[in-house]
Amino acid sequence: MPTVIVNNKPVEIGASERLNCIQAAERAGVEIPHYCYHHDLSVVASCRMCLVEMGDKKPDGTIAMQPKLFPGCQTPVKDGTVIVSDSKKVKDAQKATLEYLLLNHPLDCPVCDQAGECGLQDYSYEYGRGYSRLQEPKNIKPDKDYIGDQITLFTDRCIMCTRCVRFTREISGTAELQVVSRGTHEEIDIFPGDPCNNKLAGNVVDLCPVGALCSKDFLYEQRVWWLKSKNSVCPGCSTGCSINVDQNNDVLYRLKPRENPQAQGAFMCDEGRFGWKYIHADNRLTLPEQRANGQTVSKDWDVILPAVRNALKEAALRAPNKFAAVISPWATVEEAYLLATYARKLSPTAKLAIGPVRTVGEDDLYPKDVHGKPVTPTKFTIHAEKCPNRRGVEAVLKQIQGSVIEFSSVLNQVSKGEIEALYVLGGDPEGWIADADVMKLDKLKLLVVQDLLASAASAKAQFVLPGGAWAEKDGTFVNYKGLAQAIHRGLRGPGEARPDGRILMELSEKPGMFQAPALRKEIAKAVPALAALSVGDLGELGVPLETAAAKSELQPA
Amino acid sequence: MAEFQPVLLARIGKPDSQLLETYRRDGGYEGFKKALGVAPVDVITLVKDSGLRGRGGAGFPTGLKWTFLPKDHPGPIYLAINADESEPATFNNRILMEEDPHQVLEGIAISCYAIKSKTAYIYLRYEYGRSYRALQKAVDECYAAGIFGKNIFGSGFELDVVLHRGAAAYICGEETGLIESLEGKRAWPRIKPPFPAIEGLFRKPTIVNNIETMACVKNILDKGGEWFKSLGIPPDPSNPRDAGSYGPKLYCISGHVNKPGCVELPMGITARQLIDEHGGGVWKGRTAKAVVPGGISMGFMSASELDTPLDFNGPGKVGCLGLGTAAITVIDDQTSMVDVLFNCARFFSHESCGQCTPCREGTAWMHKILARIRMGEGQLRDLDLLNEVAGSMGIIPGTTICGLSDGAAWPIKNAIKKFRPEFEEYITTGKKTVKPAEALMAAH
Repeated sequence: MPTVIVNNKPVEIGASERLNCIQAAERAGVEIPHYCYHHDLSVVASCRMCLVEMGDKKPDGTIAMQPKLFPGCQTPVKDGTVIVSDSKKVKDAQKATLEYLLLNHPLDCPVCDQAGECGLQDYSYEYGRGYSRLQEPKNIKPDKDYIGDQITLFTDRCIMCTRCVRFTREISGTAELQVVSRGTHEEIDIFPGDPCNNKLAGNVVDLCPVGALCSKDFLYEQRVWWLKSKNSVCPGCSTGCSINVDQNNDVLYRLKPRENPQAQGAFMCDEGRFGWKYIHADNRLTLPEQRANGQTVSKDWDVILPAVRNALKEAALRAPNKFAAVISPWATVEEAYLLATYARKLSPTAKLAIGPVRTVGEDDLYPKDVHGKPVTPTKFTIHAEKCPNRRGVEAVLKQIQGSVIEFSSVLNQVSKGEIEALYVLGGDPEGWIADADVMKLDKLKLLVVQDLLASAASAKAQFVLPGGAWAEKDGTFVNYKGLAQAIHRGLRGPGEARPDGRILMELSEKPGMFQAPALRKEIAKAVPALAALSVGDLGELGVPLETAAAKSELQPA
Repeated sequence: MAEFQPVLLARIGKPDSQLLETYRRDGGYEGFKKALGVAPVDVITLVKDSGLRGRGGAGFPTGLKWTFLPKDHPGPIYLAINADESEPATFNNRILMEEDPHQVLEGIAISCYAIKSKTAYIYLRYEYGRSYRALQKAVDECYAAGIFGKNIFGSGFELDVVLHRGAAAYICGEETGLIESLEGKRAWPRIKPPFPAIEGLFRKPTIVNNIETMACVKNILDKGGEWFKSLGIPPDPSNPRDAGSYGPKLYCISGHVNKPGCVELPMGITARQLIDEHGGGVWKGRTAKAVVPGGISMGFMSASELDTPLDFNGPGKVGCLGLGTAAITVIDDQTSMVDVLFNCARFFSHESCGQCTPCREGTAWMHKILARIRMGEGQLRDLDLLNEVAGSMGIIPGTTICGLSDGAAWPIKNAIKKFRPEFEEYITTGKKTVKPAEALMAAH
């Protein structure tokens, strides 16, 4: 195996791996500071923060060092490469580069959104000097809030790493951002009238290592050290981007992509990034409700849960063939399993349907050329299927029922009177039934709606159970290519809303608390297509459902 | 020593020297025909053996550069001619392009044949309007006469020469900056490797050569490599990296002399000879305090160093970065080095492309410090700060992508080292000798 020596520590790399110094040093647990380098973007080697000393270890064991410094991001390593990042020469270079970067930086950390997660702060602490030797006035560059609908540019904080420029050229392909002017006066800007509004624009804020590009949505909302972060999965489409949910005191402030090469890579789209506002919407269901003849009977979980249980049992006894449950593709695998097994326990002939699978347009592929046509290789896809877990729900339904019933056919049967009792597990913020179809629900004898938002359909239900949004619960989503990823409870739901898994556990009188890892193990045994869930803990990157059986199950029709 | 007869400048000043007709009457394009009669590799060997080193500033052996091209490449291979002559006080290429464009074009044609290139781009700095018109006219004449185009002189060799006008930036003279600019992009120099000979213009193998180098190639074909090697100075045995300084060289003389101009001499003349014998001496009866050997990025030679031979090896011995463009700028004893250095720093601050952090911020910072010193608000410790900034900007190669940073830092270090007492006196006595030079320079 090729061996690289980083600060006197040997580290092995793969025989066919092509690593640069930064990556090789990371293997050895050594951080080489860098700004402009990003593994998904082209290498420009312009920030000069990652300068290291390099040499070669000869077969006879002697080490020959090169007299100059090399940018670590640009220089590949091979067997016998020696990297030194802690010598005086390197430290002097790091110190000098940081001093240059901070020379014209406004040092307005107290009012800067990036403070607390800033590359300049972190590296200054680690590698910099504590004071500036510049006596002259700093360059002052104008702020540019016109740079995009969702992004704003504090030009004077910019360190010209050009990550944002390269992102719009290489990943989105839209190329709105560019460098204007020259030398110390250069700035990031847009061509007049062509703001950076592509569907991936929000990523430039994450890519910006300093506080120059900021999200207008998050601007001045929170200090980042107040935020608590949980790993989750974006529910916006079937891509299933790995994300972080950042909240404070049960208020969600922002979503950030979490790097996952198995899922989407390092980025996420703006639809997902800013599409979570319904979590704090005014029409969230906050209390359970039992209604009879249009009148509220109770708003107490302790009363309502037994009442729902009884009503379902009665309905299943009365007409076992006219009993149906609808499970939204926004539900987790665990919830789908709990409801499906519960419904089949009540009535072995219960019909199990998947809620409406919303698709909008075509899959949106990036990068694009100047005419908006996608170019290969594809680096990011926004899927047309706007739900996070169709595959997971379908896998459960296929196992328990043998097939998947579409919601439209359930609705048909409802209007024909072939279904009398309906349990709907929602979760899609866009709702699960068109307004024109709501009238059809009048024929039902029993309607239980477990959902997020109040709607015309929930107003018709005998029982309304306020469930949790995806950020408020634990569970599993299976994305378009069969990657099972864990979502985690980042915040508590409003009022008395409860995570859906817990509601279903209590309803079905399943013993114990809702524990996603334990349930996954149970599901793995019961549903062979989901056997990969047997690990219980899916880790940060998720687990592909890669068995042959699972693959055939999960192939799109 | 017998009077040297100019070769490169032989036709300068003759009537209608720009015309193809007069050029051919003087034996023009015979060398090209001669080249077409031998194998391209023989032309490369001829140029390599002549000891010709690039005239653009770095002095890299031209023939050796040509051999770096990949063998048996299917093409296209490009020749890019660097006519972005933007080093201050340098105008030797300009004289060649304005007065004898065909000499340059013949050199280009020969070089293209040698490296099997079918397309040559001449990257001309925007400011050279007269050169542009002269070159374009000459190119048109060549196409009309069948010297460029398809099946030249029945040899089957084809060649297109394209004249491209830049948009006035110093960094476009850096070979990869030039290539980026030719491709229509911002002239940010590329990371090397890959070097242009492997992957250059439009990601194809590319040779970048200087205008004067092309004129030399033409004359080597005419007069032979032996003639070229008979001029100049052989390698310095004490410097194993010196490849010798052969051939005639165009020296520009400017600054505080009585007779500024461009002269052709065998390599190795001293600065003192240039000033006294060819520049008419220092003006107003004064003496020279310092001389810039070739573009301000090379640093300064002090009055005691004027007998240094101006070959590729000489200026380096007295602490200069190198010969550069061999365009000496004479600074007389009445000029403040603070002012000189301020102008240097201002130039580099203005021209830094802004890609690499040390150069982008360092050049501007040094400019600010020198402006403050010049206004009489300097402190002695500023000199050490300047030294430190210059030191961290890139004297060790590798601190930045291209050489601009080294070039910007060198004169600072060099001037403070050689003229420190003058800077200290200026700072401590508060002597304000700020001249309205700033207003004069504002045009740049």
